[in-house]
Amino acid sequence: MNPFLAIVRRDVRLAFRQGTDTLMTLAFFVIAVVLFPLGVGPEPNVLARIGGGVVWVAALLASMLALERLFQTDYEDGGLELLALAPMPLQIVVLAKVLAHWLATGLPLAVAAPVLGLLMNTPPDVFPVLVAALLLGTPTLSLIGAIGAGLILGARRGGVLLALLVLPLFIPVLVFGVSAVEMAAQGLSPKASLLILGAMALAALALGPWAAAAAVRQALE
Amino acid sequence: MKRLDWFANPARFLRLARAVQPWATGIALTAAAAGLYLGLFASPPDYQQGESVRIMYVHVPAAWMALFCYTALAVASAVALIWKHPLADLAARATAPVGAAFTFLALLTGSLWGKPMWGTWWVWDARLTSVLVLLFLYLGYIALNGAFDDPARGAKASAVLALVGFVNVPIVKFSVDWWNTLHQPASVLRAGGPAIHESMFAPLLLMALAFKAYFVWVLLIRIRAEIAAGKIRAARLRASGDAAP
Amino acid sequence: MSDLAGFFAMGGYGAFVWLSYGVTLMILVLVWAASVRRLKRNERALAEMEARR
Repeated sequence: MNPFLAIVRRDVRLAFRQGTDTLMTLAFFVIAVVLFPLGVGPEPNVLARIGGGVVWVAALLASMLALERLFQTDYEDGGLELLALAPMPLQIVVLAKVLAHWLATGLPLAVAAPVLGLLMNTPPDVFPVLVAALLLGTPTLSLIGAIGAGLILGARRGGVLLALLVLPLFIPVLVFGVSAVEMAAQGLSPKASLLILGAMALAALALGPWAAAAAVRQALE
Repeated sequence: MKRLDWFANPARFLRLARAVQPWATGIALTAAAAGLYLGLFASPPDYQQGESVRIMYVHVPAAWMALFCYTALAVASAVALIWKHPLADLAARATAPVGAAFTFLALLTGSLWGKPMWGTWWVWDARLTSVLVLLFLYLGYIALNGAFDDPARGAKASAVLALVGFVNVPIVKFSVDWWNTLHQPASVLRAGGPAIHESMFAPLLLMALAFKAYFVWVLLIRIRAEIAAGKIRAARLRASGDAAP
Repeated sequence: MSDLAGFFAMGGYGAFVWLSYGVTLMILVLVWAASVRRLKRNERALAEMEARR
């Protein structure tokens, strides 16, 4: 089988089989969103106003949970060094692992988002835009996150460090992701924000694997 | 590369540092004294902002230095990654805390300027947000640099982060042009020359010169401290190697 | 005297102006002092190590 697809299949299977990555990410996503009506009060208008932003912030944090282990387990058992010696560029290996991470976390988050939108009293006609924005934005999160995941290999307290490194870089995705939802909620066209999200995804796709491969390589040297 | 190699010899660098440092100190203190005199006494209050415009003479140089230090950090990191230049790692590590201090000062003085002028300590516009991200990048760099038992690993990992984070620098610089914000656009470094009266321009430039000379002054001290720390580490490694053959 | 008071008042913006200058001075001095202390400590440790050898 194509080695690229082999890596993707293996990582997705691991994410589902261990029941941790996908399930934990989704559980965290739901719990984080549910905290908001309890925290700010169940006033429907308030919830509708902040719903898009809350879902996005929760998705951002949830997609970070599984990042720490993106390379960590392979790094610890030595599998990463074998992958680095594989007859394909490390960038492609990284890309395969990022794709697997997105399939196991980003995609489920986008699919689950409308349910949480209901809890947040978001108008249902905004759901398609919310899902589209998440589908365009979460790949960027996975690609940027892979850089951070490579950098913290072998570091002390890697998980907290990863959040500190990666969350500031997630901010542009959050800004335009939320603005797409807000535009749609106000009855305006969310096209500009969605295009920018797409452009950021393409830029991250072009540059992210190189930076992440450099990060992984310095950990293996 | 010949020229870069010349700096790789720590003894030679230390000689150079000792020669340059008094000059940097002198320029920093003189320019600061002159800049403070012009800024606080000899320059007129702004016709719109009144006396509060004097905050500009610390705010704008601090903001310039925040960007300048990050650029220096990224350049040093690139040199360290590409040519494995030993001094570049030390320079990058020594730059980061100073840059973080300048970024914090830019945010703080901006906040103190914004309260009387805009009526608020903070707005979530593109300029302020991107400078806040810059501060987080500095903090992330410092944390990552110190997170490894082997300092060489920390240097390499944080160098990659410094280069990735460099995308934020043009965003900070051009955020006032790309988005409508409360923050006023650049009035000095802009096409068509500075749009600022020379009575305000002189203290601004003097303070900028003072901050830059201060940066060189402190950076040289910090690099010397890093070189000494490296020697101590090497001596300890040798000692433990001798003890357990 | 009233001139001096007027100078410190900064047209009503005194608190903001002086706080800006004060904190800037304080932080720059602190960064410098921390750097010098680190250098002195390292150089002393290095000198002790070399004396012992």
